[in-house]
Amino acid sequence: MTGAVLELRGLHKAFGALVVTDGIDLDLHRGECHALIGPNGAGKTTLINQISGALQPDAGRISFEGRDVTDLSVADRAVAGLGRSFQITSILPDFTVLENVALAAQRRDGSSFRFLGRAARETRLNDAAMEALGQLGLETRADVVAGALSYGEKRLLELAIAIAGQPHVLLLDEPMAGMGRAESESLTATLLGIKKRYPILLIEHDMEAVFQLADRVSVLVAGAIVASGTPDEVRTDPQARAAYLGDDHTGDAA
Amino acid sequence: MSGASHAVAAPPARPRSALVVAGIIFAALALIPIVAEFAGGAYLTSLAVRAMILAIVAISLDLLMGHGGLVSFGHSAFVAIGAYAAGIMLTEGVYEITLILPVAMGAAALFALASGAVCMRTSGVSFIMITLAFGQMVYFALGSLAQYGADDGLTIWSAPDALGTKWLASKTGVYVTVLIALVGTWALVHRITGSRFGRVLRAARQNPVRVSSMGYSVFRYRLTAYVIAGMIAAVAGVLWATHAAFVSPSLGSWQRSGDLIVMVVLGGMATRNGALIGALFFIVIEEVLSSITHDWRLIFGPLLILIALYARGGLVGLLDRIQGDRT
Amino acid sequence: MSTTLILIQILNGLQLGVILFLIAAGLTLVFGVMGFINLAHGVQYMVGAYLAYWGYGVTGSFVLALLMALPLALLMGLVLEFLVFRHLYDRDHLSQVLATFGVILFLNQLAKVIFGPASLSVPPPEFLDFSFTLIDGLLYPAYRIAVIVAGLLVALILWLVITRTRVGMLIRAGATNPDMVSALGVNVRQLFLIVFGFGAMLAGFAGVMAAPIFSVEPGMGDNLLIVAFVVIIIGGAGSIRGAFVAALLVGLVDTLGRTLVTDGLRLVMDASSANQIGPAIASMLIYVLMALVLFWRPEGLFAARAAR
Repeated sequence: MTGAVLELRGLHKAFGALVVTDGIDLDLHRGECHALIGPNGAGKTTLINQISGALQPDAGRISFEGRDVTDLSVADRAVAGLGRSFQITSILPDFTVLENVALAAQRRDGSSFRFLGRAARETRLNDAAMEALGQLGLETRADVVAGALSYGEKRLLELAIAIAGQPHVLLLDEPMAGMGRAESESLTATLLGIKKRYPILLIEHDMEAVFQLADRVSVLVAGAIVASGTPDEVRTDPQARAAYLGDDHTGDAA
Repeated sequence: MSGASHAVAAPPARPRSALVVAGIIFAALALIPIVAEFAGGAYLTSLAVRAMILAIVAISLDLLMGHGGLVSFGHSAFVAIGAYAAGIMLTEGVYEITLILPVAMGAAALFALASGAVCMRTSGVSFIMITLAFGQMVYFALGSLAQYGADDGLTIWSAPDALGTKWLASKTGVYVTVLIALVGTWALVHRITGSRFGRVLRAARQNPVRVSSMGYSVFRYRLTAYVIAGMIAAVAGVLWATHAAFVSPSLGSWQRSGDLIVMVVLGGMATRNGALIGALFFIVIEEVLSSITHDWRLIFGPLLILIALYARGGLVGLLDRIQGDRT
Repeated sequence: MSTTLILIQILNGLQLGVILFLIAAGLTLVFGVMGFINLAHGVQYMVGAYLAYWGYGVTGSFVLALLMALPLALLMGLVLEFLVFRHLYDRDHLSQVLATFGVILFLNQLAKVIFGPASLSVPPPEFLDFSFTLIDGLLYPAYRIAVIVAGLLVALILWLVITRTRVGMLIRAGATNPDMVSALGVNVRQLFLIVFGFGAMLAGFAGVMAAPIFSVEPGMGDNLLIVAFVVIIIGGAGSIRGAFVAALLVGLVDTLGRTLVTDGLRLVMDASSANQIGPAIASMLIYVLMALVLFWRPEGLFAARAAR
């Protein structure tokens, strides 16, 4: 195998009788953005949760940079370099924007079992945080309490937190969720820049964004991958169209 | 339903005014022995020592409750562990405080580590109840120490030595030591909450899922906080044993733990002076009311209800709002 | 350890168990349905006991005292709900703890002011003032048997109400999924009031039943409240069935533990140390039990709320 930074092999997960992940094999290569699309309830978020460690698969193996991480905790996988964003905004509402991101940066910069020094005055952490905020255009909002941000800004903060941890791979769960057209377009442009630095596994409903960003697209239906290929291949794949693009997408794009 | 861990924290007070308030409180406490020379006497200083020791415990509990979102209903157990460590060592002929303190803190740390590892598997109300369970175990275990007074408690016949001196045998010595311990605890906990460690702890209160996906083992940080708070409470327990020359299992009763929670909530959680003010207010109001009427709880009870209903963020929150209205 | 003594301890354990159940039933519903931590629930038990004492003093009849006490205990619950608790449903748990702690202080002291600090006693009703012969030479008071029977009867009635009536259905639904119930357009406030009132009455009933057995004194409900919390945590918040099973379990473990642990310790150490340490370890048992349950099944043995 060349360059696969993240490999899923035979991943299987069921909640009772409901099979949500049905023997999934998936690769994410270095330098690529691999998009995962599919109708609601296809098991996309469940899959991301298994990759990040929030859920344990019933069977199968997840290797990351050649190392089996299937049995690692969420925190250990994050330390190994798996960064993620959440579909439902998951930030620290009582912290300032800066502190949200500085906390993520702190993970990469020495031990956090330091009890006396003032974390808020550590310029290295704050600089790293400002840089991540800068990439998403949030630097002017650094001192705002995160809970007071607008919805769109919270989505950007969500991403800034993921980036500030300097992951080796980004798992993005619907970064555009709930955004307006203009916001989505500007975020797509931002992600095009971010894509150059991190391999990205992207879940997204916004097809315009998917086809702009993705190098490869896999279609997930009822827990199984039914089609996989370049955006153009998938766009023309009859199975993919029938399963997903056909009904769900036309309404969206109109 | 994990409301306990999402308790509303009061908006942060302006740091400078908080510092001034703390300074005034500590200065007033430092003046009490001098005032006591003219009025109040030993009664007043003894009351102040009691209040200060409880304030130390309340501040350590606030590290867990306010900053960590970990509502422990068994915190007084650590006070009892510290007090008994001192009581037993003094009874057995170990008089040196520099030996007693590490043993007391070590015992509390061990207990915190063992029980905390279990408690941290739960959250919300389950956490409240499991800490209560461990607290009760300590309470009953201490009551079974037949050779150390069992349920009746243990009278301590000699004060500890401080590096060979009789400093802690004098009222002044105890007073000064307790005051220094209080200021030290206040400063230490403030530093901890502002540190890298404290930042992770405070973040985990708001959103543990996010914090673990950043790469932090929430369990480890919470357990460490639990151990630190337990050790501070044990120091307070040693001071209590020194001051009262008597320890009993009731130091670790659930009512005491409940009082401590009330003090912290009353003062205002996760604020710089909330736990301090809450503990002092609790003791002072108890004394003042009980000097007015024997049935002071008839007033204190409804007062707590009113504070719970109308003073969100506790006394500190109330003070902030009054200040905010004026400016 | 003789079998007769064990038999007596089992009966005592059951008796403690049903009293715990009567207290825990209201507590678990209030906690499970409303997510409300009511520390003042133990005070309702004390109120019941004092009402029994007062009613007996006025009427000279235990039965009349019971009949007077029940509606008064209900009224007490409703008044407290109206004055204090209903303002706290939307608040965090710690505000609830603070306020209900205030209620405890107030009512305990009020009892002391009205009835004095000494412990009082109420005689059992005359028609139950005799003893059964369980086995040769072993007498057991009829009143204590009656307490067990009455407790089991109430449990049965409660079970019927919860499983067979519309209010019961709503309460169950509320314990499983509170948002759904309000979405259905049910008057949730009214439902809460009902649950509170009857929870208070059940605790009051427990207090009346306990008055002839235990001493009636201020603060008598406080320690029992903590044990009742142990019961609802073991049983699973919001589950009446769980409260019932856990109450009997806790009652039996606590009562039997007191004799069995000491006897067991005598086998490995001298009698006087065993007598010292035994009761302490026995007192710990129910907390060890709760810690084990929380560790292995954090949602309790019979979780009402669907696991998510």
